[in-house]
Amino acid sequence: MRADGRQGKDRSRHWIGFIAIPVWCLLPVAWIVSLSFKSLEETAAGSPQFLPKDFTTSNYGEILKNDDFTRALINSFGIAMIATVLSVVFATPAAYAIARLEFKGKRLVLSMAPAIAMFPVVSLVGPLFDMWRTFGLFNTWPGLIIPYMTFTLPLAIWTLSAFFREIPWEMEQAAQVDGATSWQAFHKVIVPLAAPGVFTAAILTFFFARNEFVLTISLTSTTSSRTVPAQMSFFVGPDPFNPPYAQLATASVIVTIPVIIIVLLFQRKIVAGLTSGAVKG
Amino acid sequence: MSAVTAPQTDKAAEEKARAASSDRAVAENRLGQKLVAPAVILMLLVTAWPMIRALYLSLFRYRLTTPDDREFVGLGNYVTVLTDSLFWQDTLNTVIIMVVTVAIELVIGFGFAMVMHKIMIARGLMRTSILIPYGIITVVSAFARQFAFSLNNGFVNAWLPFVGDDYNWFGGHWSAMFAIMIAEIWKTTPFMALLLLAGLSQVSEDMLEAAEVDGATRTQRLFKVILPNMKAAIMVAVLFRALDAFRIFDNIFVMTRGAQETESSSFLTYRQVIEQMQLGMGSALSVLLFLTVLLLAFAIVKLFKVDPAQARGEG
Repeated sequence: MRADGRQGKDRSRHWIGFIAIPVWCLLPVAWIVSLSFKSLEETAAGSPQFLPKDFTTSNYGEILKNDDFTRALINSFGIAMIATVLSVVFATPAAYAIARLEFKGKRLVLSMAPAIAMFPVVSLVGPLFDMWRTFGLFNTWPGLIIPYMTFTLPLAIWTLSAFFREIPWEMEQAAQVDGATSWQAFHKVIVPLAAPGVFTAAILTFFFARNEFVLTISLTSTTSSRTVPAQMSFFVGPDPFNPPYAQLATASVIVTIPVIIIVLLFQRKIVAGLTSGAVKG
Repeated sequence: MSAVTAPQTDKAAEEKARAASSDRAVAENRLGQKLVAPAVILMLLVTAWPMIRALYLSLFRYRLTTPDDREFVGLGNYVTVLTDSLFWQDTLNTVIIMVVTVAIELVIGFGFAMVMHKIMIARGLMRTSILIPYGIITVVSAFARQFAFSLNNGFVNAWLPFVGDDYNWFGGHWSAMFAIMIAEIWKTTPFMALLLLAGLSQVSEDMLEAAEVDGATRTQRLFKVILPNMKAAIMVAVLFRALDAFRIFDNIFVMTRGAQETESSSFLTYRQVIEQMQLGMGSALSVLLFLTVLLLAFAIVKLFKVDPAQARGEG
């Protein structure tokens, strides 16, 4: 009887959590979506209720016509993408070595990766601000991509090596015993096994690169290379406590939609990547 | 392998096998180092090189608006920074934010991990919900919070029963810090929860059952079985999040711009370099921030005996 009671209590506790998690996680998202359907006049007059009084979609048309914003979308995607690809290219052989080979300095590399990823990025702002103007890299794509590597590369090494450890590498030899050439064994067996891990590592790295803020506001000066977070902070105008709410909320929703799509499609893989990347699980 | 194929008595063959295997080990060692070298060199190049440059610049009085006045001042900038009360105020803010957010995230994150571990239905919904704050841009999340707490357009005052409708969250130090910390906690709890979930799945069910049979209460099972067995995961999560929280910048920039003395160490460094153009002073702050983070990491690793590489089973 007592055990039953306890189990019932347990279950109700989990049901509370079951409701609480989505509410806690999604409430701010619902809030910006709601805000994005309020008109500029409504927010300018003050509109403290959660839902819009007059539902309007005009903010979306306006923000997508804003060249500064669309340019920032392109910059964000391009810069984060190039940083991700370069990181994965350099990290893949390193992660393979860490996962499969015994060599001197392996532990050092493995400890160095998270240490560099946790490095305070703002420390780079001063010297880079100085150097980039001399080298002509200030306010350019490479001027952001290079410092982004300081955190994207170690993150890629860390996640990829965790994925590679889980690959049943004996399959390669088994295929060769069955008469496959080395290339076939690699191409038909190992690549399909490794591809999902590489892809997930790339998604996580991309999230990080796209999220970066301090470097992008410090090392850019015009819309030619400003990414979305920086451009949004410039929408605010002179008074940070009275920004164009609806417009900013609309921009927020637009840049969050891809996140939601990626999460919906790859949630299982992303969770595996995040957890195995930190603790063997 | 060689012990099976070669007879015990055949010493020569054994020697030969050992020599071959050590040859292979040498080759493996070399290949491994060759494969990691490009990545390691690139990491050092993009990180260490600017850091050394910062160390050099920090020894000068160097303002970008008057570049010709550059003058060697030795450790002068460090003395100025370390005797300035603003530096200590900002360091204190950063430490408060770090300690409070990591502590709260640990509790909420553990709750999330427990629910995700136990619940068998709608796991996809749980995973999706938890990953959205993780994937969202921090600046976007900060805007969402700033609007929610804002005086004219926020719903928080209307929803909270013990707060007046005209309460200005960004009008006071502690209420502004509270809003900033809420934004930080919302954004990073999922990361904490997932790391703890990984640790939780390592706790053996047999042990828990045995404890229950022996009459251990729920609390006893939590503190005597579950938590000790996921210590490595907890410590790695604390290490990563503490260092990450210490860098806090985005939320403060968007929500208060450092007003009401909510400035963090990162924000102070940014302001010196970009707004004041004080490159020498800013570089000294960069170096100090870097050393602080290094010290913090070292302290956590030593104090809690946490080793990320070992926690992954690479020991």
